[in-house]
Amino acid sequence: MTTKSQAVLNWIDERFPLTSTWKAHLSEYYAPKNFNFWYFFGSLALMVLVIQIVTGIFLVMHYKPDASLNASGVPVAFASVEYIMREVPGGWLIRYLHSTGASAFFIVVYLHMFRGLLYGSYRKPRELIWIFGTLIFLALMAEAFMGYLLPWGQMSYWGAQVIVNLFSAIPIIGPDLSLVIRGDFVIGDATLNRFFSFHVIAVPLVLIGLVLAHIVALHEVGSNNPDGVEIKKKKDATGKPLDGIPFHPYYTVKDIVGVVVFLFFFSAVVFFMPEGGGYFLEYNNFIPADPLKTPPHIAPVWYFTPFYSILRAVTYPLFGLDAKFWGVVAMGASVVIIAFLPWLDRSPVKSIRYKGPIFKIALAIFLVCFFILGYLGVLAPTPGRTLVSQICSVLYFAFFLLMPWYSKLDPCKPEPERVNFK
Amino acid sequence: MKTRVINFIKRFAAVALFAPAVAMAAGASVHLDKAPVSTEPAALQHGAKLFVNYCLNCHSASFMRYNQLENIGLSETEIRDNLMFTGERVGDLMKIAMRPAESKVWFGAAPPDLTLIARQRASGDGSGADWLYTYLRQFYRDTERPTGWNNVVFENVGMPHVFWQLQGEQVAKVSQNADGSKKVELSLAKPGTLSVQEYDKAVADLVSFLVWMGEPVAEKRKSIGAIVLIFLAGMFVLSYALKKNYWKDIH
Repeated sequence: MTTKSQAVLNWIDERFPLTSTWKAHLSEYYAPKNFNFWYFFGSLALMVLVIQIVTGIFLVMHYKPDASLNASGVPVAFASVEYIMREVPGGWLIRYLHSTGASAFFIVVYLHMFRGLLYGSYRKPRELIWIFGTLIFLALMAEAFMGYLLPWGQMSYWGAQVIVNLFSAIPIIGPDLSLVIRGDFVIGDATLNRFFSFHVIAVPLVLIGLVLAHIVALHEVGSNNPDGVEIKKKKDATGKPLDGIPFHPYYTVKDIVGVVVFLFFFSAVVFFMPEGGGYFLEYNNFIPADPLKTPPHIAPVWYFTPFYSILRAVTYPLFGLDAKFWGVVAMGASVVIIAFLPWLDRSPVKSIRYKGPIFKIALAIFLVCFFILGYLGVLAPTPGRTLVSQICSVLYFAFFLLMPWYSKLDPCKPEPERVNFK
Repeated sequence: MKTRVINFIKRFAAVALFAPAVAMAAGASVHLDKAPVSTEPAALQHGAKLFVNYCLNCHSASFMRYNQLENIGLSETEIRDNLMFTGERVGDLMKIAMRPAESKVWFGAAPPDLTLIARQRASGDGSGADWLYTYLRQFYRDTERPTGWNNVVFENVGMPHVFWQLQGEQVAKVSQNADGSKKVELSLAKPGTLSVQEYDKAVADLVSFLVWMGEPVAEKRKSIGAIVLIFLAGMFVLSYALKKNYWKDIH
């Protein structure tokens, strides 16, 4: 570095912790060298967040949150989306990036969460990282749900109708609560405008704050790794972890590879199948919202379906309260319970590599149940499907609630002293 | 304990395998013919002509401007001379004079806007084009309907058979399938001005146009996509080499 640029840097460092922040979070943040495939999804989630924010900024320039009908009898909001798709230069690309980005966000986040399950990333001392992560997931669900109303298509409208009605099942406050959420007695212009406000500013602010907390907490305790051993326990004479390498440049160049591969698949969807087979953009949502015409089958978008299945699986009233209310409770619990994993897992080891057969079987069953629930959530219920989803819901909760026992019983292998690297 | 666990896994596997079968059982639906969708300008132009002449009286295409037809190879003069009849300007949207409230009284339901019809009609049974291609070829005579027409794909549809002079009149023979569901077989009772092959081709052209109109940018999207994927493949080679080079000292 020349003396002149050094002088500029010094001038900044005396006023703002530029060099020390760079060192603490990148060039001298030591990450375990044995990260595998599963460790790409954290940085990818961050990138998808950036894609969503940037494309979102441009969409807001042309989108109009207005449920009234235009001269052709089409809701203004719906027409403004088609205007973006047809008349705004490059608008179709921005919109497809945003709509595909929503699904990509959930794919990446689900894989990121599954990584945590595999390698015990939630275990001490990373409980707060995990809790922040669960809150990010919750915020993401709220963000996606409210964003889905904005195109004001049939699925937007009726999906929101079904979900907001769920809140009315809560005793005493329910009816008023759903009224507050809608801002009206039916889903309408008031709902559209408040969802727009939440989707565009309120929830993104919360998301960014939580993501920051997630990363700060991570960099405080250091990353876990596929062996689940703490690299900070073995340091060299200078105090650097023996199995750690500076995040920059090693993981920045590695994550660039991950980003390129991700963008390849992402672009393949955006440019060649933006509807994602009717799962990323539902066919019914190309029909403008019609409050008088209920679609024969209302399914939430694919990323909500496992939880929606759990909601529908509850068919028994209890303590004089509706089955619907307990369904809502079960659905809420199925998400919230994830936050308690750090205290449910009593295994002596973190990583699945050293856990015994019981955990592996439990995780496999959990995974299969999650997929079955997701699959059934897209379909209309039948008695047979409801039974299957009830069995899967019970197994879903059993994975968490029985963990304190089976994780203790599980015959584990001893953890190694150092990480395995090639 | 162990046998119990194994039994449990077996039972669980049975449920897991059974679930899709349960799902498949529901939803017996009409078979849709695969639509031969074309992106050739000649086919699209023929489709546009049929659309303007036969559809754009009752149906609007309110997101579509006349001059966007330049993207399928028509000149502004051609559009104005051949496809515009009621004194609109070439930059206008394809709207209609008929009001939805009135058409609802006449047909039982207001004819839907057709700009996005090919995207709306897609489902698990087939693409929107398949649905339209099958629907437009399966009208039959039904004296019990107010219009005198019925349709296999869209039972008791409010729309009359606007192409009856081209296709001719089909009649239906209704019977029952082995599983008890209704089976409708059509046969041509009175031929139209077009042969069966010619009519199928005309409908295919119209459907191709409707598909194009649903997303005029689709072909451009794919050609840009190919460039993007090639670029990313190149980026992969470079970024992978960069990573390899940086990591060669890590043991």
